[in-house]
Amino acid sequence: MTQTRTVSRNKLFGIPLPAGHTGVDLIISALRIIIVALIIIGAGNTLLEGRFTFEQWLALLFAGLAQGSIYALIALGYTLVYGILRMINFAHGDVFMAGAFTTVFLANSFRQSGFLDSQPLLAILILMGFAALVSMTVAVLLERIAYRPLRNAPRLVPLITAIGASFFIQYTFRGLFGSGFKAYPTVAFLRGTFSVGSINVPIAQLFVFVSAIVLMICLYWLVERTRIGKAMRSVSEDKEVATLMGVNIDLIIVFTFAIGGALAGAAGVINGLFRPQGVNFFMGFFPGIKAFTAAVLGGIGNIPGAMLGGMFLGVIEAIGPNLVLNGLGIPSANQLKDVIAFTMLVLVLIFRPQGILGERLSAEKA
Amino acid sequence: MNGMQESTPLLVLDDVHASYGNIHALKGVSLRVEEGEIVTLIGSNGAGKSTTLRTISGLMRARAGKILFRGEDLQARAAHELVALGVALVPEGRRVFARLSVTENLEMGAWHRGNNQGIASDIDYAFTLFPRLGERRNQLAGTMSGGEQQMLATARALMSRPSLLLMDEPSMGLAPVLVETIFETIEQINSEGTTILLVEQNAQMALGVASRGYVLQSGNIVLDDDAASLRENPVVQKAYLGMD
Repeated sequence: MTQTRTVSRNKLFGIPLPAGHTGVDLIISALRIIIVALIIIGAGNTLLEGRFTFEQWLALLFAGLAQGSIYALIALGYTLVYGILRMINFAHGDVFMAGAFTTVFLANSFRQSGFLDSQPLLAILILMGFAALVSMTVAVLLERIAYRPLRNAPRLVPLITAIGASFFIQYTFRGLFGSGFKAYPTVAFLRGTFSVGSINVPIAQLFVFVSAIVLMICLYWLVERTRIGKAMRSVSEDKEVATLMGVNIDLIIVFTFAIGGALAGAAGVINGLFRPQGVNFFMGFFPGIKAFTAAVLGGIGNIPGAMLGGMFLGVIEAIGPNLVLNGLGIPSANQLKDVIAFTMLVLVLIFRPQGILGERLSAEKA
Repeated sequence: MNGMQESTPLLVLDDVHASYGNIHALKGVSLRVEEGEIVTLIGSNGAGKSTTLRTISGLMRARAGKILFRGEDLQARAAHELVALGVALVPEGRRVFARLSVTENLEMGAWHRGNNQGIASDIDYAFTLFPRLGERRNQLAGTMSGGEQQMLATARALMSRPSLLLMDEPSMGLAPVLVETIFETIEQINSEGTTILLVEQNAQMALGVASRGYVLQSGNIVLDDDAASLRENPVVQKAYLGMD
């Protein structure tokens, strides 16, 4: 049987498009060009006008890296759970809140007893450990109560449940600790700056960055070098075959939620000490959404991707408004940093849905 | 047949029924595998061969019937406990862990053995059985060819030191010369003391290595004989050996 090859040309406003292209492709290409042009014009203007000195840019970069470290720690929780269960745990931001909010009381009692000033590093370690424990407990309960019964349900069901669980956790903590903001105590040694030549880095930023890097190295080692990490990777690839190898899937899933929760809890304390605004029951919402953005940016399910995505988002948020929006003559650009963050999310979803380090999802995984 | 019938068979399926939703896939399968045998289960696509192996290995629950391994009811166990009892499955389509290295795949095969000393020497043994795997020990499994992945899936199952090896279509999608190699390996594994239940579409090869065979048709065992007789059986010749 002979097949007739038809060359069907798509048209946009009656104009034929190059073969194999659709109108959507054309619009996306146009969008791409416009965005690149805006970035170049904005950045060019800012740099030519010399609005900021080199030291000021560096300061923005360090602030961005510090904020990005916190995003990255939370993003790891999203990506770990997605890697194992292919679900987005939208209550993860509230797991972060649970640790941070609960630990603020312990932090203040450490402050009153003088322990925080006499042994700051030890005190901070204990606070991080405590918060990790609280968040871990919340994450494990969440999995057991809200997600496990729905493991074989259609994919939308656990997603909706996650949003419900998010509200449940928020208002449980509001009921427990009230709706007001509670501030973490200031730690004397975090208030200084660290200077190399003319470059000054606030110690608080350095502390956030270094703690996050240490935690990420621990996680990477756990996943890549240990027996349970190998089991996690095999469960993430093929649950049935992992079962055949004798791996108890439920145990690995609980372990994954626990690790993600612990990282979020530690991030909660780091965040509390780093940012003076204080904590309340709703504090998990925005960092949660941002960290989700970071995880998608890096490639959801990919551990180095979440780390990179978090740092990247933090830096873009800090530098982007000043570099691009300022140059385009947009007033009070820094208040638009959330716009930058979520524009990034939309752009990634349009141009590189698999994220920076992600592989293209096969139908089986998507 | 070989005087072993009086002792407990290694594996017994007694009137096993299984279904996917409303589809009744196994309609009362009964079979028996004695210690040391290679038994093959042949049949066309959709006859229920894979379902039988999935049900034995606990990935599917039987709706009715008994599955006894050394007289113990496997259905009372969780799927992840079976490997420790000595049941291992080489799944259909190989299903190696693509993003784990060859060595890590083999280590996963021995996962239930914990940090046992014997694992390293078993990996060395796997590399002598399949030299190609040794050459590629640090390569990601997903980057290997189909034949190499089949070797890896087989070696991974052997790493659990099974007494019963269930193999699902090991020749599927392989070049003829590789099929020969895989069947030689099957005979070698068996000669070293592992009992094998082999599911195959390639009935010619399967009946060549097996001592006995069962023919499965639409979820029912329709024939049960020793391999040589099955090869002479006109029904088998016509339907599964491509002879007229």
